[in-house]
Amino acid sequence: MWDWDYVYELLPKLLRALPATLGAALCGFALAVLVGILIAIAGRSRFRLLRGLTTGIVDFIRSTPLLVQLFFLYYSLPMLTPLAMSAFATGVIGLGLHYACYLSEVFRSSIDALPKGQWEAASALNLSKARTWFSIVLPQAMPPVIPIMGNYLIVIFKETPALSAITFVELLMRTKNETSISFRAFEPYTITGGLFIVVSLLLSLAVSRLEKRFKNRTTA
Amino acid sequence: MNVPIGQWLPFLMDGAVVTLRITVFAGLLAFSLSALSGMGRLSALTPIRWISGCYIELFRASSLLVLLFWVYFALPIAGLELSKTWSAVLAIGLNIGAYGGEIVRSSILAVPKGQYEASIALNLRPYTRFIRVVLPQAFVRMLPPMGNLSIEMLKSTSLVYFITMADLTYEAMILRNNYYTHTPIIFGLLLLIYYLMSSCVSWSVRLLERKLACWR
Repeated sequence: MWDWDYVYELLPKLLRALPATLGAALCGFALAVLVGILIAIAGRSRFRLLRGLTTGIVDFIRSTPLLVQLFFLYYSLPMLTPLAMSAFATGVIGLGLHYACYLSEVFRSSIDALPKGQWEAASALNLSKARTWFSIVLPQAMPPVIPIMGNYLIVIFKETPALSAITFVELLMRTKNETSISFRAFEPYTITGGLFIVVSLLLSLAVSRLEKRFKNRTTA
Repeated sequence: MNVPIGQWLPFLMDGAVVTLRITVFAGLLAFSLSALSGMGRLSALTPIRWISGCYIELFRASSLLVLLFWVYFALPIAGLELSKTWSAVLAIGLNIGAYGGEIVRSSILAVPKGQYEASIALNLRPYTRFIRVVLPQAFVRMLPPMGNLSIEMLKSTSLVYFITMADLTYEAMILRNNYYTHTPIIFGLLLLIYYLMSSCVSWSVRLLERKLACWR
């Protein structure tokens, strides 16, 4: 059942697909953080309409599956609008928007936890809105949630196989192709499953070290 | 443009029934596993603690879609052949159960220490202490995260499309082949149906929360 020769032949091929998976995860994560911050800022807007709209959109995106959102972006957006995107770009945008909605809640709670005096001091110093956000609020609200952001990076990494549905060749797609060449299913899927577990565990180890470092800093 | 939504609805209904069936079965498996592993992780017996810890860490680290492929395509070669439904239920249940285990564990740990001390002072047996004092309080704490997890589970059932199970997403993809020009409307409708289903889940969890938390 388990053929080591085949494994040695297969492993380099599968490992070559790992950068594509990691790349999509990292780009999606970067987009998610950026958009997440914007959503958190929009959620504290003066305008009630904007606040209501952000809550509605966040709620909608969080309640629908990533896979269906990817299908919508990849297959219907080119029909509705003149822009057609590559599978990679669609995947990154899909992952980014989906997890931006999760991250925005993390940022929101961190911003809410900031002492009120910070806002008052900023307005007493006559700082502009942008200055208040980017020099006072965000530099204090972001560092405490870095470990939580790391956890979302792991979640995004584990969701990248869904991108194979929109023809993006990542680890799972490569594995599927290998099984249809060799007609062996056990080794490829086991290796891919193992790779995901190993990378996730390594990432979570890094996150927990990060967490410890931040804990020491706040108590010091 | 004439949109034949009336003709689509029977197919989407069939798909929704499959989606709901997997959600319910996987949910039953996931919640039993999360109760077992969450309490197991706090057990006084080292082997049970160890097994529960391994289960939670391993399945939290694995990717659900890869797990689903492994259960459906690789497991039959190892001698265990499951139908599509049971593969989906097993993969989703195992994965979500590991997340649930962490919720159960942290909710039990979040019950204030004074509650344990009071139970000991009242000379309650450990079994009574757990069932009558700790668990009801932990359960209320579990509800909000468990509600979120249920929505995650409902959403993750869309992945069974990959093993060609005729769930909601799969039916919509078939409709898309037949009514290609209506692709945006079909996917829009699909998103809306998932949204309504998730709203039902979060609404009932909120209701349950209000019912159970009224003593607080």
